Amino acid sequence: MSQPSSPLATSATGSFTPELFAAHLASVAHLPAWWLDRKRAAWDRFTALPLPKRTDESWRFATLTGLKLDGYTLPPAVTPAELGHAPIGIATAGKLVFANNRLVAAEPISAELAQQGVIFETLQNALLKHGDLVKAHLLAQPPKQGSEKFSALHTALLADGAFVYLPKGVELALPLAVFHYAAGPGAAVFPHTLVIAEEGAKATVVDFFRSADAGAHFACGRNDLYASHSAQLTYVAAQTWSRESLSFQSNSTVARRDARVLALNLHLGGRQSRHESHSQLQAPGAHSEMLALTVAHGTQEFDQRTLQIHQAPHTSSNLLYKNALLASAKTIFSGLIVVDPDAQKTDAYQSNRNLMLSDDAEANSLPGLEIQANDVRCTHGATSSRIDAEQEFYLQARGIPKADADELLTFGFFEEVLSKLDHAPLHDALIDLIKIKFNPPV
Amino acid sequence: MSDVTDTESLSAPIADTVDNPVSGIDQTAGNFSYKMDYEFDAGTGLSEKTVRYISTVKKEAPWILDFRLAALKQFYAKPMPTHWATKDLENINFDKIRYYLSSGQKPKRTWDEVPDDIKKTFERLGIPEHERKFLAGVEAQFDSEAAYSNIKDIVSKQGVIFVNSTEGLREHPEIFRKFFGKVIPTGDNKFSALNSAVFSGGSFIYVPKGVKVAQPLQAYFRINAENFGQFERTLIIADEGAEVVYMEGCTAPKFSTSTLHSAVVELVALKGAKIQYITVQNWANNVFNLVTKRGVAHEEAEIKWIDCNIGSRLTMKYPGVILKGRKARGEVISIALANDGQHQDTGAKMIHAADETTSNIVAKSISVGQGRSTYRGVVHIPKHLKGCKNNTECDALLINSNSRTDTYPAITVRGERNSVQHEASVSKVSEEQIFYMQQRGLTEGQAMSLSVNGFINDLARQFPMEYSVELKRLIDLEMEGSVG
Repeated sequence: MSQPSSPLATSATGSFTPELFAAHLASVAHLPAWWLDRKRAAWDRFTALPLPKRTDESWRFATLTGLKLDGYTLPPAVTPAELGHAPIGIATAGKLVFANNRLVAAEPISAELAQQGVIFETLQNALLKHGDLVKAHLLAQPPKQGSEKFSALHTALLADGAFVYLPKGVELALPLAVFHYAAGPGAAVFPHTLVIAEEGAKATVVDFFRSADAGAHFACGRNDLYASHSAQLTYVAAQTWSRESLSFQSNSTVARRDARVLALNLHLGGRQSRHESHSQLQAPGAHSEMLALTVAHGTQEFDQRTLQIHQAPHTSSNLLYKNALLASAKTIFSGLIVVDPDAQKTDAYQSNRNLMLSDDAEANSLPGLEIQANDVRCTHGATSSRIDAEQEFYLQARGIPKADADELLTFGFFEEVLSKLDHAPLHDALIDLIKIKFNPPV
Repeated sequence: MSDVTDTESLSAPIADTVDNPVSGIDQTAGNFSYKMDYEFDAGTGLSEKTVRYISTVKKEAPWILDFRLAALKQFYAKPMPTHWATKDLENINFDKIRYYLSSGQKPKRTWDEVPDDIKKTFERLGIPEHERKFLAGVEAQFDSEAAYSNIKDIVSKQGVIFVNSTEGLREHPEIFRKFFGKVIPTGDNKFSALNSAVFSGGSFIYVPKGVKVAQPLQAYFRINAENFGQFERTLIIADEGAEVVYMEGCTAPKFSTSTLHSAVVELVALKGAKIQYITVQNWANNVFNLVTKRGVAHEEAEIKWIDCNIGSRLTMKYPGVILKGRKARGEVISIALANDGQHQDTGAKMIHAADETTSNIVAKSISVGQGRSTYRGVVHIPKHLKGCKNNTECDALLINSNSRTDTYPAITVRGERNSVQHEASVSKVSEEQIFYMQQRGLTEGQAMSLSVNGFINDLARQFPMEYSVELKRLIDLEMEGSVG
C-alpha cells in the first residue's frame, strides 16, 4: 500500500507505513469493533489520497514542500516528570494530561459534577463505557477544507483524547483543561477533544498543545464541539508546539437552536501549522463566534482556513482572525461564509486583520462569501498594514520609547480578540503565552 | 447522526454546486440575426490547418504565423481552469466553433461605403440615426473583420494610429510588435492561448507622446453566426504623457447553441500616460465570454478599467493592472448584473511592482432570479516595496430569494510599509425604500428598478453619458418581471 520511498520524490505517506498502522491497531485492539473498522477505512483513504498539489485551491499560498511526512514515529511513553509539565495557574474543574498519545496525569471532576452526569474522561474510556454516545458524535462531521488526507490519518492513528459530556442544564463554573504533549525526536501525536453539550448546558474547555522539547514533532489533531439547544460553549486552544513542528489541527463546530459557541485559537508554535475551522449553524438562533490570534515569527508559516455555514434562518456568526507578523513569517487566512438558500435573515461577519511588524513578512488573505439567500447581512473585511503611525507618535510624544509603544499597540491589537473571553484568569494566561513569544526566556 | 460511517469521504468542494440553468430560458427576446454571406470561412473546429488558413487569408508576416502556431500548442497543453472556476466551462465544445469568418471587405473609411447589410445590423442593434453620426470615431467590428472603420480626421492629424489588429501588425510592426503579446503572454491561460492562435479584428491604437485624445475612441463588437466565436485582439499604447479613452460595447444576437467570445486586450501606459478602457458587455444568454484584459502602467501612469457586464451565459473577466513604475495608479470599476441562467464571474487584479503605487477596486454586482454573480480578485504587493496602497470594495445586491453571489478575493502583502484594505457586503433591496416609492405611486417593478439604479449610480456616473443612459435602459429591461 505504501509507495516506495525515493530520495527524490516526496512519499505520500512518509513515515506512516502499514507496519506502523498495524502496530497501532494492535495497541487499541480492546476498543469497539465499529471504531476499529472506521480506523481501517480511514487508513485506506489516507494511503489512497495524494498530498496537496499546487493546483489545489484549498492549499493556495501554502508552502507544500513543508508538508513532507518523513522522519516521524509513534513515540514511546513518557512520564509526567520527563515532560516538565508546567501548571497554568488557573483553577479548573478537571484536568487531563496526555503525552505521546497516552494519558499521563489526570485531575478528575468533582463527585458532585459526576453525579449530575458530567463526563470528563479519556476517549478510550468513553468508547468502552459510553459507546453509543461516542459513536453518534465522534468524527461525525467530514472535513471539507482540504485536509481530507490528514483527517484520515488522524482517524487511523488516533489513540486517545479527551471526551467531555455535559448533560441538560448543567453549568460548569470552572474550565476543564486538557494538555496534549509531544515529546522526543520525531514524535507524532494525534490529539483529540470531543465536547458534547446537551440542552442549556454551559462550560469552558481549554486545550493546550505543547512540545516537551525543541524536537521536530508532528501533530495531527481534531477538536469537535457539539452544542445542543441553548447550550453555551466556550472553547480555547493554545498552541505552542516546538518551532520545528509540523501541525494540522481541524475543528468542527455544530450549533443547534439558540446555541452559542465561542472558539478562540491562539497560534504561537510550529514550523508550519495548518488550522481548519468549520462552523455549522443548523437551527434558528444559533451563533458561532470564531476567534483567533496568531503571532508569527522567524520563518513560521500559519495557514488558517475557516468555513461558516449557515444552514437555517435567523442564525449568526462572527469571525475575527488577527495575525501579527514578525521577521520573515508568513500567514494565510482563507475564510468562507456560506449561506444556504433557505437561511434567510442570516447575519454573518468575517474579518481578518494582519499587523505587519516586519518588512519581510508575508500576509495572504482570501476572505470569501457564497450567498444563496437574499435577506441576509453578510460582510467581510481584510486589512494588512503596519502599526498606526499616529498612535505610535502619540505614545512616543508622552515619553514612551518606540519599542515599548509598539508592544503596547500590538497588545492593544490583540485585546479586541482576547476581551471576548469573559474569564479573566484564562485571558491573562493567554497574554502570558504571547509575552513569552515576544520575549522568549534566555 | 449515528449512522454516519464515512466521515472523511471526499466531499465535493463547496463552490460550484449550482448548475447553470441556461436551458429552459426564453431565448427569443432580442432575437436579431439575419443571413450573412461570408467570403472566407475557416469552417468548424480547431487545428493547425485552421490557424494556417487564417494567417494566409490575412496575408500575415511569417513571424505572426509562428506566433499563432506556438500559441495553438500552448492552448492544447493548458488544462481548463476548472480547479477553481465553474464546471460550466466544460460545456464548451471547441470542435463546434467557427474560428474565422470574414465578409472579405477591406475596412471602410466612410459611412457611405459601409454595405447596407451592415448598416442594417447597426439599426437592429438600436443605435439611433443621430447617434450613429455621433459615433464618428467608431471602429465597428462586424464578425471577424472591421467592417466599418472611420478614424476621425482630428485623431489622425494628431498622429494617433487607430487600426484593426491585422492592419496594425502589417502596417506598423515597428510600433506594435514590441508590445504585442508582452502584457499578456500567450501562455497566461488557456483562453489567452486560444486567442493568440486564432485572433482577428480588434483595435490597435498608438497615441504619440503628449497627445491627449479629446473624444473617446469606440468600437462595437458583434457576433453574428451560429457557433461562431469571436477572438478579437486589442493593443493600446499610450506614449509618455498621452491620454486616451477607449470604449467598447458588445451586443449579440441570440442563438440556441453556445458561442464563445474570447478576447485579449493589452494596454501599455508609458510614463505619465493615462488610459481609460470602458466596456459595456451585453452578449446573448448563450455566449461564453472569457476575456483576458491587462495593462501595464509605467511611472506615474494611470490605467482605469470601467467594466460593465450584463449579458452572456458565463463571463470570466478580471481586468488587471501591473503597476510597474513608481507612483503608477490602477483602478477597476466593475458592474455586473446576473439574471436567470447567467453567471457573471468578474473581478480585478492589481499587481504592485513598484514603490508608492496605488490601486482601487470598486465592484458592484446585482443578482436577479437564479442569476449568480461572483467577485474574484487578486491584490499582490511583493517584497521590499514601500508606500503601496490598495482599497477594495465589493457590494452585492440580491434581488430574489434564490439569487446567488460569491466573493473570492486573494490578497498578498509583504512588508510593513504597505497597506491594504478589503471590504465586501451583501444585501437586498430595502423593503422600506420600495414601500416608500410605492406609496408615491410607483409600481413595485419601477420602484425596484429605481432602487437598483440607485445602488450602482455612483459607478454608472463614471461612464460616458450615452453609456450610462444605455445602462439604465438595460437595467430597467432586466428588472422587468423580476418582482411580483
